[in-house]
This record gives sequence, structure tokens and C-alpha cells, in this order.
Amino acid sequence: MRMLALHLAVLAGVAALQFVLPAYHHTNAARILVLATYAIGFNIAFGYTGLLSLGHALFFAGGMYATGLLVDQGGWQPWAALLAGPAAGGVLAAGVGLLALRTAGPAFMIVTLMFAQAFHLAILYWGRFTGGDEGFTLSGAARRLGPFDLADPATRYGAAFLLFAAAMLGCLALVRSRTGRVLIAVRENEERTRMLGYDPFRAKLLALVLSGLLSGAAGATYGLMFGYVGGSFAAIQYSILPLIWVLLGGAGTVLGPLLGTALLFYLIDWASSVTTASQFVVGAVLILLVLFAPRGLLGLLRERGLRSLP
Amino acid sequence: MNRETILHPTRRSLLAGGAAALTAATLPRFVQAQSSEPIRLGFQLHRTGIGAAYGRWYERTALAALKVVNEAGGIAGRPVEILFEDDATDPRRGAEGVEKLASQAKVDMIFGPLFSHVVIAAAPRAAELKIPYLVCSEGYHVASGKLNRWTLQPGITDVRAQVTAMAPWVTQNLGKKVTMIFPDYAFGHDHRDFFTEAVAAQGGEVVAQIAIPPTETSFTRYFPRIPRDTEVLYHVMVGPAVLTFVKELGEFYGSGAKPEIFGFIDSLEAVDIANPGLQFLEGSHFWEGQCRMLQPDASEAETFYRDAVGVDANGAAIEDPKNVSCYGHMFSVWETLFAIKQGMEACSWRGPQDRQAFVEAVEAFTEMPAGRERPQGAKVFNPKLHQVFGHQFISKLEGGKLVKVHETSLEDGIYPSDVDYLATSF
Amino acid sequence: MDFGPFLLLAVMEGLVGAAVLALTASGLSLVFGVLRVVNVAHGEFFMLGAVAAWFVSQWVPGPPALAFAVALVACPLLVAGLAALADRLVLKRLAYEPEATIIATIGLLYILQQAALTLYGPEARPVPPPFEARLQLPWFGWSGYKLFVIGAAGAVLAGLWLLLARSRIGLVMRATQIDRETATAFGIDVDRVYAGTFALGAALAAIAAVLIVPIQQAHYLMGGDPLLLSFIVVVIGGLGSLRGTLVAALLIGVSDGVISTFFEPTLAKILATLLVALVLVFRPQGLFGARA
Repeated sequence: MRMLALHLAVLAGVAALQFVLPAYHHTNAARILVLATYAIGFNIAFGYTGLLSLGHALFFAGGMYATGLLVDQGGWQPWAALLAGPAAGGVLAAGVGLLALRTAGPAFMIVTLMFAQAFHLAILYWGRFTGGDEGFTLSGAARRLGPFDLADPATRYGAAFLLFAAAMLGCLALVRSRTGRVLIAVRENEERTRMLGYDPFRAKLLALVLSGLLSGAAGATYGLMFGYVGGSFAAIQYSILPLIWVLLGGAGTVLGPLLGTALLFYLIDWASSVTTASQFVVGAVLILLVLFAPRGLLGLLRERGLRSLP
Repeated sequence: MNRETILHPTRRSLLAGGAAALTAATLPRFVQAQSSEPIRLGFQLHRTGIGAAYGRWYERTALAALKVVNEAGGIAGRPVEILFEDDATDPRRGAEGVEKLASQAKVDMIFGPLFSHVVIAAAPRAAELKIPYLVCSEGYHVASGKLNRWTLQPGITDVRAQVTAMAPWVTQNLGKKVTMIFPDYAFGHDHRDFFTEAVAAQGGEVVAQIAIPPTETSFTRYFPRIPRDTEVLYHVMVGPAVLTFVKELGEFYGSGAKPEIFGFIDSLEAVDIANPGLQFLEGSHFWEGQCRMLQPDASEAETFYRDAVGVDANGAAIEDPKNVSCYGHMFSVWETLFAIKQGMEACSWRGPQDRQAFVEAVEAFTEMPAGRERPQGAKVFNPKLHQVFGHQFISKLEGGKLVKVHETSLEDGIYPSDVDYLATSF
Repeated sequence: MDFGPFLLLAVMEGLVGAAVLALTASGLSLVFGVLRVVNVAHGEFFMLGAVAAWFVSQWVPGPPALAFAVALVACPLLVAGLAALADRLVLKRLAYEPEATIIATIGLLYILQQAALTLYGPEARPVPPPFEARLQLPWFGWSGYKLFVIGAAGAVLAGLWLLLARSRIGLVMRATQIDRETATAFGIDVDRVYAGTFALGAALAAIAAVLIVPIQQAHYLMGGDPLLLSFIVVVIGGLGSLRGTLVAALLIGVSDGVISTFFEPTLAKILATLLVALVLVFRPQGLFGARA
């Protein structure tokens, strides 16, 4: 109960933030919420189920392109196209999962990486439709969900918040459910889980599909919110980023993804304002952080007392 | 994190060129202005990432132009500052940078980006923030109608016009059977589509199109695809692997018969043409946005610009002859700053409330004569396309020097288009 | 060009790629095998080797061959020293915890990249080859230096094999790899073995870079692809199997060239990428890995 209250308080805080933040940080917060949703999706596979994928950009960009192409070239209504995003993420994850989950550990990392790389190359290759590396912009009409215009800052924040809140509460419900405990059991000891009568393959596939679904939803929302769909979101960098966010915040924690995403975002923002050698500062801080909290910030908190943190 | 440091990025303000020294007290020229409040321009800079070689010179050119502008009394009598924001040559960071410059640093307008994916990602944000966004990107994206009313390109000709202008000379002087080698992404595809079209219009033929996958570091295996009857080899490779490309091409053909070679200087921007391995290019031709090496007939404006930026006759930094500039492109930064000055003065700029008036003032541009503001040469601005059209140069590499052999006329680059930004809303 | 020579050229090009990849990947494979961590900064060690070779070529007077020889010795040593330092200062303190190591080496990657950008610059710079030679075949010309690269990489790999299979150092490394506890019990200084292996892995990447840089130029972002390709090769070959790494490098290097003769280049890359995924799907332990 106390934990539920904590998470609701965080959500309330995030919701209230929009009224006090100046314009620049207001937009940043909206970005962070959507990217944190992506991180939550990644965390379900990686943090809770132990599936270290290096190919999540496939699901994020897959959702972004599904929505973007349908609304831009398919003539779909924006809300319908928006729903196609998570669907695409989920379907792609199911497809990848059916093949990739035959492997584990480093082989799983490579297989997921390869599928994502193939997708990235395909986006460049079929540039006539996808715009290749340049991508394409979405018109104002493509970004209006009924009466809600995603180009409007307050609406955009609201949409980002709703997406994030749904993802976070969904994640919280999942990890406290029986299914969630099976996922964690698979992470801890797959053989034992099998002997207890569960099917680890099914559990892992479920985790990956949920993960892909959230990633696709985040990608689709991001595209509509900022009016741009581009190949760089399918590049390997966008598979590595959620890993960094989740590890910084604390893998296998519900709030870790938000914390990690916000932390890295503002770390880069701050570093580039104090020095032109900003990557140096970012690198050094990452190393210091990991020396100080090898299991992420919330992982540290969990070790230092807050054991019940989900 | 300390909220204070986020909201007050003092270090960045210090990057504002020579503006700090230019207070109204020390420079009486500013006194007559109604307001001596500095005009603040944001510059979206490829400081890191794949565009960093360009970024370094774009920054240098911007600071040189800034100095000239301020020494001549600024814009409408007000001093000018430039705030540089790194975008890591990444589309997401680019969009964030536009927000940061507009909302946090509260600049009056933003200019400077080159890489087209950054421009295309950031342009919608500029339009939402209703801030003029003047890009220095030669891709065919402003003129194609993909962007918006707030995005303008008054400093450099787009790639469609460049290749259209050049095709007649290539087919008449080098050959009619062309093989194209280009990177397999949007920039290369623009070349592929428009040059093929332009060559066909001249009665020539593109006999093969060889698209090289991005991130490729070795090229020899693609050369056998070049048909034997190729008369002209057209290359637009970009990125760090370009030298490899040229060297391997040289090894492949050796001293035997080879086609004429025509390339875009994009391949060799920031690269010393005297590098070992580049001898193979001797006798080949290049498109140049502006002639890197000082030509005998260079205008006074050109030498003035060259000196102001600190570039020697070979196109390298005066202080370091090995540090070669991006001379074929960076004039766009200089000319864009002067276009901003012209536009601001035309709309009697007071502050951000005049941003729309500024765009309309630029849309009133037509003839843009040569001069110190435009050292690359005269241009014509097409308001409907938000795009400028200028002269293009073809140079031949002779004895390690790039020698100008042809200058296209302004009309050569004009292509039909039904894009009309004037009909779109702000 | 006829298909025969076309294929020959593709295979020869593939062999150069494979030789350099084998060297780079063997470094990653050693680190992976002994320390059980993924070194994300491995590609940056490769980049540092190339950048350092450029500096050497500027500072060492005389014929290019001399500068090349100096670079071939000095650059790997320098990079190995840096790697050992990173191991002592960071990785050891993290107890080689795999996830923390990923973050730490990503941090290292950022630092090394920025250092190269600041001290060396954003341009791609060429390094002269030790000798100029061009091979003229009946159908096309080819760089003689590329032949040398294949030979030199082969020699270094043979030396590495001797080191691992025949020397005491190799024995100690293998013992640590198989069972850390027992190795400690036998008086092996595991910390030193780890630092040494990490340094050796980085040095191999640097050697590969010094060999390739006369063909490819040094650039501060050049580390990305070698890292990815090495990682793929190590896993396809089978974790902990150096032989597997070598075979996989050869397979991937050559097949990449050959596939590209049949399809449009980018399409060929897409197919090759999917092929790697499928190989692992049907043989998750890799070509030479023991079944888990």
C-alpha cells in the first residue's frame, strides 16, 4: 500500500510539474516522459525478465514508422494510426521473440541487434517511402487527435503524461501480479521455473511482446508529438539508450526508468552548457555513477533499506 | 541537479563571439539606435557527431561574419551576439537545441544547420515556436515543400538546382554516358534522381547507378559494377571514408584507360587535396559551391571574406596549412548572417514580436547582388520556394590545384516547381 | 567485368576485411572469455590505435616504413597501457559485474571519443602506407599493401595462438578463464591476469587499426563498426573459442563481399545481417561453442 502511495505521489508530482516548469523544461519533461515509457518497456524485458536486447530500436522505430507512414501516406486518422504504433511494436516483438528466444545471453543480444540493424538498413534502402535518413515531417492535421492538437504544449504534456502514467501503473500492476512473479523467477532461475510447472518460453515471449508494445507506443507518440519520423531513431544508438537509462535508474524497478531517463537527459543538457567537450563530462559522470551505484540509483536505495521497492 | 545551473547557462553566453567587447559605450556607432539591447542569434552547430568537420568551420565563419557585422554597426545599430548550441549532428538533439535556443536562451532567430536530417527534424519545432529558422543545408528539402513557412534557405543553392545547372556542362564536355556512385541514403538519392533527369534532358544517359551502403569503409568490390562504356564517373561520396574511395578507385584503374571523373567537393571538404593517394584525381573535375583555391579573377569581396575567416589561398587555415576548410559550403553561413541583417533591417526589427514580419521581409527578397555580403556571388531568391539560387563552379584539378573552368549562370539551375510556401499559414 | 574476376576481387577484398576483423575480434574474445564482460569501449581502443598511428606518422621523420614500424610497436603499447589503467581504476572496483561494466565502458567510450575529437579533430586523416605497390591483374588493379595486411594479421594471430597455447601466460589465462577460484588457490594473481588480458585485448584492436589505417584513414568515430562486427564474430564463433572467432571472422568477412556481388549493395547488407541472426537462431551456441 505504501508503495502504491509512493508511485501515485510521483505521478501527481509529474502532473503538477507542468504548471511550474518554464517553457524549455516543460517540453523537455514531455520528451522525458515519452522516452521513459520506452525505458519502462525495455525494463520489462531486461530488468524483470533478464532479457538483454540490443535491438529495441526496432520496436520504438517500428511504432514510429507504422503510425507516421499510415497517417502521412496511408490516409489514416491520427488516432487510428496512433493505435497502430503499439500494435506494430507488439507484432514485431512477437516475431523477433519467436526466433530470438531460442537463444539466450550474448546470442540473444546479437540476434536482436541484427534484426534491428536490418530494419534500419531497410529504412535507408526504401527511402522513397520512408524518407531514408532524412525522414519526413508530419503535417499539422496529422497531429490532431480529434479536438486535441499535439503541437500545443499543454496538450502535448498531457498526452505524454497519460502515456507514461498508463505505462508505469501497468508495469507496477504487472510486477505485483502472479505473471510478474513468474517473469522475475525466469530471470533468477529459468530451470527452476520450468520445474515448478511454468513455461519460461511463454513467459519470456509475453514479456518481450509487452515490452515491444510499450516501445512502439512510445515511438508512435514521439513521432506525432514532435512531428518528425526519421531513420536515426532506428539506429543502434536508440537500442543502447534505454539500456543506459534503465541501468542508471535501476534495472528491475518501476521508477528507475523515469529517473535514469531524466538524469541522462539533463546530464547531457548540463554538460553541453558548461563545456564544449561535453561528452567527456557525460562519460566521467557515468563512470562515477556506476562506481557509486553499480545497480543504479534505485538499486542502491533498495540495498540501503527500501527493500520492498518494486 | 542544481536548478540554477540549468536556467542560467552562463558559459554558453560567453561564447557569444566578440559581442562582449562591443558595448555601446566603447563603440559610439551604436548610440543612434533606439535600443542598444543586443540582438541574439542562435546557431545550431554540428560540434560533435559525424558533421563535426563542417561544424568547426561553420563556427569559425559565423564568428568572422559576426565580427564584420558588429564592426560595421551591428544590425540596425544594435550589437549582435551568437549563441552556439551543439546538436551532435543528431535529429532529436537538433530539435531539442531549437527549443533550448528559442525558449531558454530566448534568441531572436536560429540559423546554421547543414545536415538535412537535423534540419527536417528541427523545422517542425521551429514552426511551432514561431521562430525563423534559416538553414545552410544544401539538400532538396526546403525547396521541395516538405518544410514550413518559418524555414528559409537564403544562403546556399539546393542540390537539385546544383545538379541541374551542372549537367549540361558535364554532358557537353566530359561525356554522355554517365555512371553515378553515391551513398545509399537521402542525400545520394537526391543526386541520383535529379542528375539522372538532368542528363536525360541533355540527351545523355546514366548507364549505371551504384548505391553504396552507409557506413561502408571499403569500396573496391563495387568498382566492377562500373560499365566498360562509361564515359563519365560521377561521385558524391561523403563522410570519413571518402579518401579510401578515391585511393581504391586509383588502384583499381591504375595508369590504364579510365573514364572522366566528375565529383562533388562534398567528398573532399576539410580534406587536403595534396594528401598521398589523391594523385589519382589529377585531371578530374569537381563541383564547388565556391572555389576553395584563390582564383586569379577572384573578386574583392571574395578576398575580403577569405581574409576575414582566416583562410589562405589554398583554402586552409592561415595558422595551419594542414587544416583545410569546408570552403565549398561555409560561405552559406556568412551569407545567411547578412541575409538576417538585411531582413531585420527591412522589417525594422524591434524584437521577437517582429518574427513574422521578418519572414515576410525575407520573402520580399528577389535579386541578391554580389558584394561583401555575398562573397560567393549574386543570387536570386525565390520566395515561393524559400530557396536561393546562385552560381555554381566547376573546377579541374591541375598540378594539385583546383582551377575554375566553368561558372554556371543563374538560369542554369532553375527547375519547374509548384511549391508555394506563401500560400501556407504561419 | 566478367563474373569470375568480379568474384575474385570480392573474395580478396573480403580477406582483407576478415584479417583485420579477426585481429580486433580476437581481442574482444579474450576479454569476453577471461573476464566475462562485454567491453563496449573496444572499438574506441581500435580508434585510438589508428589516431595514435597518425600522430606517429607526423612525428617520426624518414621514410613512411620507419614511422609505420614505430607505430606498430608504440601504438598497441600505449593503448594497452590505457586499457590496463581503466581496468585498475574502474572495472576492478566494479568486480567485473557485467551490467555495471557495460555502463562503465560506455562512459569510457564517451571519454575516449571526446579526447580524440578535442586533441585530434573531426577530420579523417590519412596515414601513408609503409610502401607503395600496386598489383596489376589482367582484369583489375589491386593494392599490394592489402596483401601485406593479410599476411601481417596472420602472423600476429599465429603469435597470439602460440602465446595462448604454448606459453605460461596462456596457461595462466586459460586457468583463470576456466575456474577463477582454483586459479587463485594455485597462487595466480587474478587481478594481474585480468588487467593483462584487458590490455592484451585492447592491444590487438590497436594492432588491427595500425594495419588498416593506411587503407582507411583515422577518424574519431571509426570505432563503432569494428565493435559491432567483432561482437558479432565473437558470438557467432562461440564464446571463449578463439578458433571459432577466427573462422567466424573469415566467414563473415568473405561472405559479406561475395553476397554483395549478387545483390544491390544495401540489399546485400540487409540479407547478410539477417543471415547472421538466423545462424544464431539455429545454432545459439555459435559455430564452435559448447552447448550450454
